[in-house]
Amino acid sequence: MNVSSFSTPELAHKLRHTGIKIRIGVFTIHIQSPLPAIAQGLHLLYADYPVEADQAFADFHVSVRHPSNLRRWLAPQAIFRFDNYVPFKPLPADQAYPLLEWGMNWCFSTQYHRHLVIHAAVIEKNGRALILPAPPGSGKSTLCAALALRGWRLLSDELTLVTPDEINIVPMCRPVSLKNESIPIIQNFEPSATLGPLALDTSKGTVGHMRAPTDSIRRGHEEALPAWIVFPKYEADATAQLVKRHKASAFMQIAENTFNYSMLGLGGFNTISELVDRCDCYDFTYSSLDQAIATFQTLSEA
Amino acid sequence: MRNRSLLTRILVNPDTIAQLSLPDWDLLIRQARPTNLLGRLASLLAAQKLLALVPDQPKAHLEATLGVVQRQMQAVLWEVTCIQRALCDIPQPIILLKGAAYTAMQLPSAQGRLFSDVDILVAKTQLDDVELALKIHGWITTLHDAYDQRYYRTWMHELPPMTHLTRQTALDVHHTILPETARMHPDPQKLIAAAVPIPGFAGLMVLAPIDMILHSATHLFHEGEFDKGLRDLSDLDSLLRHFSQQDTAFWEKLIPRAVELDLTRPLYYALRYTKKILNTPVPATIIQATKPYAPGRLTLNIMDALFTRAFQPRHESCDDWFTRPALQMLFVRSHWLKMPFPLLLRHLFHKAFISPKDPHI
Repeated sequence: MNVSSFSTPELAHKLRHTGIKIRIGVFTIHIQSPLPAIAQGLHLLYADYPVEADQAFADFHVSVRHPSNLRRWLAPQAIFRFDNYVPFKPLPADQAYPLLEWGMNWCFSTQYHRHLVIHAAVIEKNGRALILPAPPGSGKSTLCAALALRGWRLLSDELTLVTPDEINIVPMCRPVSLKNESIPIIQNFEPSATLGPLALDTSKGTVGHMRAPTDSIRRGHEEALPAWIVFPKYEADATAQLVKRHKASAFMQIAENTFNYSMLGLGGFNTISELVDRCDCYDFTYSSLDQAIATFQTLSEA
Repeated sequence: MRNRSLLTRILVNPDTIAQLSLPDWDLLIRQARPTNLLGRLASLLAAQKLLALVPDQPKAHLEATLGVVQRQMQAVLWEVTCIQRALCDIPQPIILLKGAAYTAMQLPSAQGRLFSDVDILVAKTQLDDVELALKIHGWITTLHDAYDQRYYRTWMHELPPMTHLTRQTALDVHHTILPETARMHPDPQKLIAAAVPIPGFAGLMVLAPIDMILHSATHLFHEGEFDKGLRDLSDLDSLLRHFSQQDTAFWEKLIPRAVELDLTRPLYYALRYTKKILNTPVPATIIQATKPYAPGRLTLNIMDALFTRAFQPRHESCDDWFTRPALQMLFVRSHWLKMPFPLLLRHLFHKAFISPKDPHI
């Protein structure tokens, strides 16, 4: 049974009462929410994800609700909870859906240290994974969305999970978060891409989520071997260009972008060393998505 | 007596995990995580070679926590080494308290314990020198509000909390174990005089075994927030089990020392609730001998109602209608014990009406 087996009102009813346990690759997340925006968002963006039985084990139990204060009558808010714990301040209620996605990212990056968790997008072709670590604003999510729409399998647009023993990439395939100008860029790039409702004036500007490709969701439990680490940088009018990067500097950049590097101690150091050893590392400047796709196509065939 | 929670039952009888269903595991992890006992649960199951019986999904969370626990232990030992280096010129002993002490002494109560800060105890006469030495070595004081500084320096038993500039670790420097304004007055000199050295950490000491238990009990039963109440009770259970096995005369020495230090009430509560909730093997004769230190019957009934709730896992599956009021009453009680009523009124007045105007808060 998938999320799409429910009508939106049925899903809303379930979310309000028992909640729903959604299977995301190897993980199960239990989501509860009385807010219609959450039911609509999940119905649209998680349609193809399997639903687990109510008795299934859930890795994380999360909810998005109105906080219990009087503001709900004036300027309604939404609050994210990880079980009973509230990691962030409430946001305006029209940001409820992105709040759920950010909250789930928080769960994976702070409450689950079985894997190294790098702040990076990761996609795969022919079993080999391309890791795109970058600070916000570098065009990482846009690039990741475009590649996912052109035949690469989406593993994650935000969190790259690396197993410490085998150095495999564990997918955590969820909707791709797009911000500001990326939204029309992707809409023009692929008019058939499904985008959820836009949240305006968030701390990151306008935010919208793009549905993950069905095939990526279906293969959400298949690990991939890391092959390339590419640090992307969008530059107006630049011609797409890959430049080899020293492994030592790639190591430092990855360590800086890893949420739980110090939490894993020596294990974290060894995992990043091994990961960088196994990958070709590049800096990549680009301005055109088509050129970028051609560049990575060539890379994947080399 | 309320029913034991699932988490408490497993802590008392870990080998019953074989009977748990997947929904039980789901609940067990949810009860352990916010109570800060996921690490202890994982360590307990690993030590008893029971992890193989755990289904894959919950096992992933337990194994992940074991990694964090191991790394935190290493971080605490490094922090202790840094403190040792910073304070090597202080002539009087530096005493590690609580979690850092358990870890440095490799006590069972260190197993799977997750940390937020390190606590040390120094003689009051050394306080200025210790603070200066720590500042020179990169620790800074975190509260800059004049009132908060005064609150700590005049009334409390510790300096305002310090943070290390580069490591971002937290350090509390105590000069006694209860606020100066509290009702009980254990003499810190007696604790310092009985302290014992830590093998491998020259210049650093820990409280003597019985004092360690009395300190842990005093801290817990003056506490106002019980998010980690069950974790702290489990520390006490573990210390009692360990030291009573190490020293056959342990139980006989416990009560006289509590009398000497003016800490009989916390000891009474500690033995009552560890036995009630975690089945700690306290001899019946000892329970009998602590009876004179119990509060009146009415108070004891109230305390039972409050503490049996406070020592539940902090998860909604363990709450009843009285949990929230009970926790609120214990919060008020902790302030009541901390300072005389006029001072408390003044403190609350300041916090309610004056502090909020400060933009830094």
